[in-house]
Amino acid sequence: MASPPTTTTTTQTLTITPLPPRKPFVPALRTPSNRKTIYDRNLNRTKTAETSLASFAYLFNTLISYHHALSPSVAELESRLNRAGYPIGLKLLDLLLYRQPPRSAARPTRLLDLLQFVHTTLWRALFNRSADALEQSTSKKEEYMIVDNEPVVNTYISIPKEMSQLNCAAFVAGVVEGVCDAAGFETEGVSAHWAGEGDEMWPGKTIFLLRFKESVLAREEAFKNAG
Amino acid sequence: MSYYFTIIGTKDNPLFESTFGTSKPGAGDGTARFRDEAAQMNQFIVHAALDLVEEVQWTTKDLYLKKVDTFQNNHIHAYITGGNVKFMLLMNADPSLTAYSNYASPPPSRASMAKQGGLLAANPTSPQTEEAVRGFMGEVYEAWLKCIMNPFYDVNSEVTSPVFRGRVSAAAKRYL
Repeated sequence: MASPPTTTTTTQTLTITPLPPRKPFVPALRTPSNRKTIYDRNLNRTKTAETSLASFAYLFNTLISYHHALSPSVAELESRLNRAGYPIGLKLLDLLLYRQPPRSAARPTRLLDLLQFVHTTLWRALFNRSADALEQSTSKKEEYMIVDNEPVVNTYISIPKEMSQLNCAAFVAGVVEGVCDAAGFETEGVSAHWAGEGDEMWPGKTIFLLRFKESVLAREEAFKNAG
Repeated sequence: MSYYFTIIGTKDNPLFESTFGTSKPGAGDGTARFRDEAAQMNQFIVHAALDLVEEVQWTTKDLYLKKVDTFQNNHIHAYITGGNVKFMLLMNADPSLTAYSNYASPPPSRASMAKQGGLLAANPTSPQTEEAVRGFMGEVYEAWLKCIMNPFYDVNSEVTSPVFRGRVSAAAKRYL
């Protein structure tokens, strides 16, 4: 490489320290005694492979206590739970597409398809029932709401009075955000809000607010105009 | 008849790459016969094809995107997963004919055409080729799903598992 001409009288030497050479990859695969790796396991869900609510609740409680100990405020705790659910969402999208019946397997390419996918397929896979409502906000076009009357994750969680804004379904909100991002529809954020204040039948009703980015809406408009 | 297969993540970063040749009886022994410059040129060609993949991905709901690009006599087939990760397969019928330096590709000589009659890359848009590549991509997709189900695997990080590499090679032997 030719060095650029210097106008100053003193020559400057550029010291470039080369990166250390990459260590050669030594495969150190450890397998259990029956020599089966994760590549041998079946991707489709079988009856016996379902997890019990009790074990999930136990794990979820531990997760919340861990993050609660590290976060100074309620908002911080909610965002931590959101971050915890995000990578799960990224990977779930592929798994659910694979498990769909072969001929109807389709990636969601339009916003409405994605919302339907989240509303039915994702909820069914996670909680064995579809979500209760899907609405578009009237004031802002890029906001959509998914309503769940009784989120399964909140079953064994009791919130103390001073943290009443906290909704632990923020974890599920993180999963939904992961699914949307993986599908190519970036969101500003997905948050979970209490909506069951005056509701007699469903005091635990939760609304998941999905806020999509401007670029996503612009793309949708372009598709609609192209026909 | 050589192939270069790569998996590209959501940030256009390569996560996995593998070079192999066809294992069909009579046509090859499984080793690739690329020229020396092909090591860099293959990556370059595949990255250039990514633009076309991104254009096509919004027009179809399918996961398999068929042939997206050709450069001289390299043909590129693409498959996109739900999580926006792209599997790109570059196939080259006769790497010795590919002259990267000049754009105009030399006309194939008679003798080599006769030999390539039965090869996949000689006819990249034929239904048999598409089906063969579709089958290959399907198997790799299954192996990929099992790879990402690993809770310790962060999305967009390199795939280092030798078992995954073995699965890809086995799928290549079966289909290509």
